[in-house]
Amino acid sequence: MPEQFYWGLEAAFNGLMTGVLYALVALGFVLIYKASGIFNYAQGVMALFAAMTLVGIMEGQVPFSHLINATFGTEVHHFGWHLPAVLGILLTVGVMILFAWVVQKVVFKHLIGQEPIILFMATIGLAYFMEGLGDLMWGSDIKTLKVGLPQGTNMWLDETTYRLFGYGFFINNLDIVATVIAIALVAALVMFSQYTKQGRAMRAVADDHQAALSVGINLNFIWVLVWSLAGFVALVAGVMWGASSGVQFSLSLIALKALPVLMLGGFTSIPGAIVGGLIIGVGEKLFEFIVGPMVGGATENWFAYVLALIFLVFRPQGLFGDKIIERV
Amino acid sequence: MNMTAQDDGYITADGRKIGPVMMEMKNITLRFGGVKAITDISFDIREGEIRAIIGPNGAGKSSMLNVISGFYVPQEGEVWYKGAKRPPMKPFQVARQGIARTFQNIALFEGMSVLDNVMTGRLNYMKTNMFQQGLWFGKAQREEVENRESVEKIIDFLEIQSIRKTPVSRLPYGLKKRVELARALAAEPTLLLLDEPMAGMNVEEKEDMSRFILDVNDEFGTTIALIEHDMGVVMDLSDRVVVMDYGKKIGDGSPDEVRNNQDVIDAYLGVAHD
Repeated sequence: MPEQFYWGLEAAFNGLMTGVLYALVALGFVLIYKASGIFNYAQGVMALFAAMTLVGIMEGQVPFSHLINATFGTEVHHFGWHLPAVLGILLTVGVMILFAWVVQKVVFKHLIGQEPIILFMATIGLAYFMEGLGDLMWGSDIKTLKVGLPQGTNMWLDETTYRLFGYGFFINNLDIVATVIAIALVAALVMFSQYTKQGRAMRAVADDHQAALSVGINLNFIWVLVWSLAGFVALVAGVMWGASSGVQFSLSLIALKALPVLMLGGFTSIPGAIVGGLIIGVGEKLFEFIVGPMVGGATENWFAYVLALIFLVFRPQGLFGDKIIERV
Repeated sequence: MNMTAQDDGYITADGRKIGPVMMEMKNITLRFGGVKAITDISFDIREGEIRAIIGPNGAGKSSMLNVISGFYVPQEGEVWYKGAKRPPMKPFQVARQGIARTFQNIALFEGMSVLDNVMTGRLNYMKTNMFQQGLWFGKAQREEVENRESVEKIIDFLEIQSIRKTPVSRLPYGLKKRVELARALAAEPTLLLLDEPMAGMNVEEKEDMSRFILDVNDEFGTTIALIEHDMGVVMDLSDRVVVMDYGKKIGDGSPDEVRNNQDVIDAYLGVAHD
């Protein structure tokens, strides 16, 4: 087989792994959109915030240390502990749940029944607020996230494929782990929404508020639950991206990549978010590999958006979204 | 029929036993801004009876039902339920106390199947935790099977077996009303509130619905309070009737008493209000 073919295949594999990460972010969007009809612009910033919090907690950073030092003239920076990753993640989950509760209590409880565009604007405000809060709490420097995930080329895969095909595939260990975790997360989410009482209540709330109230569902509780879940998904996405490229502001921009993913997959479909993420991940890598050299490269920046545009023209509800039927 | 709050009930002409007062509305006044939807209304609902609230359009019937189910909070007055004064409550808390309802404009989960819709009525009967449920673990499995059985019974009872798996959005109006009733019944309510259960139905559908209402009351002993436009239907169904007009109570008693009440006749036939 020609070398070219293997290179292409390798690019596709790597795209699959990137796609998994896109899918993770998109999943957070879908969860909130399905249950409350809110398009959460802050999802990407939530991932950034979660990753920052995780690093901060693990490194024993004092939150708001700059603010405290500037106000009281003190010199506190560190608590002087280093927590194991598991404990750090648990505490961060706690922070995200607290955050979900505050967001529901302070913002969205007062916006019940408002137009979607108003809710959307609120999430834009929320995104900028969180960005500032994150900087204020943990500082704006680029952080490295060490949660003990394996890094570097998978040597076993490299050697095995070299022996079999005469070409060693380069696949990052982290990407493999990310894929496994993403699959587990999706399986857990599907089990949750299909089989548990809270999951059923969540689907009911997404469908009709009045009816949900009349069967004894506490709307506020469900919304806090949904935001907590989205926060948890954001944490997972934040950890994966943070581990591969450092915890920094650009992390919140991956949320923008989730938009074309959602247009492909449909805003209301969990499988859609996953398939959409994979298509975009593989598509942009392959496109870069095949077409990139002809047009001078850097196609990864726009490929996803062009694909989304094409979808908007021919299938506006996405691959898996609810069909839009207008009765005339 | 002369009844006081203390007595233990009575036996109806067709031999059904009506118990003591279960729910009592005391001097309820409900305002929307400057508009009075309900003015100083008191009435009670007895255990096991079918209680109707009737009145012309805009009389405040639906508002009354919304007060009972907690969707509206009255500015004045007290709601007594099972012998205790009810503190201000959210609708979901009222539902958890055993008061189920249907809506005038049908509030179903359109995206779900009939079975899933009716199953939501059982949500508050599920006590195992989400990990057990998610993993379909011993106790959770038993619980699910039990709840499913009781739901199937209700589906049989209301004769909607053939549409169990159909998405609700595809059903015709009359069947949607029946699914909504099924969901309310799945919660095994002590008090069932029906907001115009027969609105927009044809004669045949109305007869079916009347039969179901009577059967529910008869077989499960469920207390029912219903709002209805159609005078004829109400008179046949109910044990006692409250008549409302312009937010005020103008009559209360057995169908016969109400039928011969001059105020009620005026309200329905139209007499100039002074």
